[in-house]
Amino acid sequence: MDRNLAIKVNDNDNVATIFAQNTSDGSQIEVVDKKGQSEMLKVIGNIPYGHKIALSDIAPGAQILKYGESIGAASKAIKKGEYVHVHNLDSMRGRGDL
Amino acid sequence: MKFMGYIRPDGQVGARNVVAIMPSVICANDVAQAIAMQVQGTAGFFHHQGCCQLPPDLDRVTNTLCSLGQSPNVGAVLVVSLGCEGTDHARLVETVAKTGKPVEIIHIQELGGTSKAIAAGIDAAQKLSMAISGLQREPADISKVVMSIKCGASDATSGMASNCVIGYVADKIVDLGGTVVFGETTEFIGAEHILAKRAINPTVGDKILEIVRNMEDRAKAIGCDMRKGQPTPGNIEGGLSSIEEKSLGAIVKSGTRPIQGVLDYADVVTDQKGLWIKDTPGREPEILTGMACTGAQFMMFSTGRGAPQGFPSMPVIKICGNPITYQNMINDMDLNAGLILTGEKSIDQVGEEAFALLLEVLSGKMTKNETIKYFSSIDIHVLGPVI
Repeated sequence: MDRNLAIKVNDNDNVATIFAQNTSDGSQIEVVDKKGQSEMLKVIGNIPYGHKIALSDIAPGAQILKYGESIGAASKAIKKGEYVHVHNLDSMRGRGDL
Repeated sequence: MKFMGYIRPDGQVGARNVVAIMPSVICANDVAQAIAMQVQGTAGFFHHQGCCQLPPDLDRVTNTLCSLGQSPNVGAVLVVSLGCEGTDHARLVETVAKTGKPVEIIHIQELGGTSKAIAAGIDAAQKLSMAISGLQREPADISKVVMSIKCGASDATSGMASNCVIGYVADKIVDLGGTVVFGETTEFIGAEHILAKRAINPTVGDKILEIVRNMEDRAKAIGCDMRKGQPTPGNIEGGLSSIEEKSLGAIVKSGTRPIQGVLDYADVVTDQKGLWIKDTPGREPEILTGMACTGAQFMMFSTGRGAPQGFPSMPVIKICGNPITYQNMINDMDLNAGLILTGEKSIDQVGEEAFALLLEVLSGKMTKNETIKYFSSIDIHVLGPVI
């Protein structure tokens, strides 16, 4: 349990989900894909357990991909290593306005 | 690739060989329970339907029981009828008989009440159990497998570990020529457009959107908007940023293959192959019945908080995404997918372990829920009121 892990569930994803406690600004996180291959990534900001980190720079309006599908669009520019959540991701569906 | 199963007269292959003790109505449950308790090799289907319901629901109950009787894990059927119920017990007996399996029926009112019906039912069930108990397992191709899928008592690990593992297995079964069925229409909300894109043609895509709309309309009819407030504040605190993310985390357990069609709740799979949707609710007693009556020989069930339920005739393999829950509920959980989140194993590795386990279960190895006999709470999903 000593590894600071983030899981990337689909090869096309541009975010991974963190399964480490207290991931803080400037720390290193190990991003593991479904085959178990991993690479290190420098974290920008503090990211809670179970929340997402950007695996590449994402332009405003671009799709944020998890499970190989869009889970919303970037509401502002997101840097590689940055925390991704409701502050910079807009849902494209299902808010009762469909 | 082969497993060892029971070859049925109609060509289906069972992973279990039980005498189904099947009440045609809730009012026959106590007699059916006494019979099932006394006779070895039986499985009791103690549902709560079958009378004082509107005709479409009564048809649905009869259809579901017919489908359960046809399912390959059932070797013989004893129908326990009260006599005045709303279900069509004659059609039930005829449908099962057509598969070539032995089937008997007893009527409580006609036999002179509870004790006489129990005695007659025990005699009949014993005869059926003797008739099928000598049947031997034979090698059968994996393409005969119908896998069903569900998640329940989910937590933040489900969408990242256990559901991903089941998705891996689902793709593998489809690629080997088998059939995979998933349901829980409620969970499609927010990702139904993605499921519709995975449909083999626009007609199937439209049908997927239609079952989601119908389910939402049923909720609206009693004043509830299921889309409103999704994801919940608790979901957001846990890290889910949108309803798409939440729903995708649920449907990832269906894998990635094209969706061939949509089955109604009581439908059976005969020679349909590939990935199918069945229109079911998410609650365990109803979806497990719906999946067993499809003809699924087993279910792969993803959980994080720890769901212990099973089904009388269908082994349920529990894949636990939460490593803490796995240890805490080790006598209910079959496989630890939480090792993905601790970095000890990859999704693909645990996927292969789950596949190896399902071959063993198909060939006779008991699941945790079977060994601990956690499988009695079942029901049939109905749409209308009780009258």
